Amino acid sequence: MTNSLHDMGGMHGFGRVEPEPDEPPFHQRWEGRVLAMQRAIGFTGLWTIDAGRAALEALPPLDYLGSSYYRRWFLGLQNRLLQRGLVDADEIAAGHSLRAGAALPRTLTEADVAKTQTRGEFARPTNAPARFKEGDRVRARNLNPPTHTRLPRYARGKTGTVEAVRGCHVFPDTAALGAGDNPQWLYTVVFPARELWGPDADPAIKVSIEAFEPYLDPA
Amino acid sequence: MPDSNAHPHDHASGSELSEMEVRVRALETILTEKGYVDPAALDQIVEAFETRIGPRNGARIVARAWADPEFKRRLLADATEAVNSAGCFSRVGSHLIAVENTPQTHNLVVCTLCSCYPWEVLGLPPTWYKSAPYRSRAVIDPKGVLAEFGVTLPPETQIHIWDSTAETRFLVVPMRPAGTEGWSEERLALLITRDSMVGTGLAKAPHEAAAS
Repeated sequence: MTNSLHDMGGMHGFGRVEPEPDEPPFHQRWEGRVLAMQRAIGFTGLWTIDAGRAALEALPPLDYLGSSYYRRWFLGLQNRLLQRGLVDADEIAAGHSLRAGAALPRTLTEADVAKTQTRGEFARPTNAPARFKEGDRVRARNLNPPTHTRLPRYARGKTGTVEAVRGCHVFPDTAALGAGDNPQWLYTVVFPARELWGPDADPAIKVSIEAFEPYLDPA
Repeated sequence: MPDSNAHPHDHASGSELSEMEVRVRALETILTEKGYVDPAALDQIVEAFETRIGPRNGARIVARAWADPEFKRRLLADATEAVNSAGCFSRVGSHLIAVENTPQTHNLVVCTLCSCYPWEVLGLPPTWYKSAPYRSRAVIDPKGVLAEFGVTLPPETQIHIWDSTAETRFLVVPMRPAGTEGWSEERLALLITRDSMVGTGLAKAPHEAAAS
């Protein structure tokens, strides 16, 4: 979902940032197991990373805010498995499998774990020329799709400058729907803080987003 | 507070942890019985993040950049290519971007939409990076956030906040502290903290490293 609580940039009221000295990778054993299950299921190719993010964004707002990070991941993973019919609610209630599993495209074995420890490749070939170049002035479109997008609310309608062209990448808005890569040019677009937050903002501050071409118009 | 129950000392109900342990074990049992996951592979993933994939990887890369101007030039031009062709660092995937702090510009990395983080070089993101306070405020109140990390920059320093809204990942190259001329890469790496590579900290001064 687009305008849900995950899109937090610029919100007030959440309080201080509280760094924890010498924080361990996991605070509880189950957190590591959730991360590992997420990675292992990701490896199967059942859905894209963008579909996984969309599952978190679709959590009810109070669940999203009221859950720790890994609880959120757990709920998103379990919900997707249920929605895809890969696990059934009676099995969740019973705590064990009640029927045979579906055949998956592939599963993660010990021999393949190393492959999950390097990030995937999101660049895709294209014949389409990039619409914008470094230095171009652009305006982020005012988009409010009911489905997944990576254009944060705080940038919509705002004018910035293309700082870098990052290549042609998988388009999350399409990939999240399971509708293919639909590759699009990706740009780093820089906005002065005053453009985003008004005349009282600090002129020494600028914010960049990584913006796909369908998010942008010439300005 | 949101995310506060991620802290063991501050969880909301006191029962969530045991409830979560039960729920997570149940799901793992089901997925294992159905043949969707292999518990031994899960063990290896957890072990990797607990022992190997952490900010020491990034610190070694930054130390090399401080010590070797040609490597730094390549790192800033294409960090993925520079890291992988060096041959002595853990391999990284595509789209790693290094951004350099200078006396004129300080860089700060955030993911306002989720938790995107250069985990190959820094390990898993800390809880604060994934928390609502950081995600909401880094883009609108970066100086306030930096102050909470004990960082105060000269007023004329420009701050560039990088919101990680795509699959590009950002590694901050902090400024090299004075008084480290001639240091080995191994010694320099001890000055390079995780937070300094996210932009919420600065590299340690030589006397701070000696004290730690």
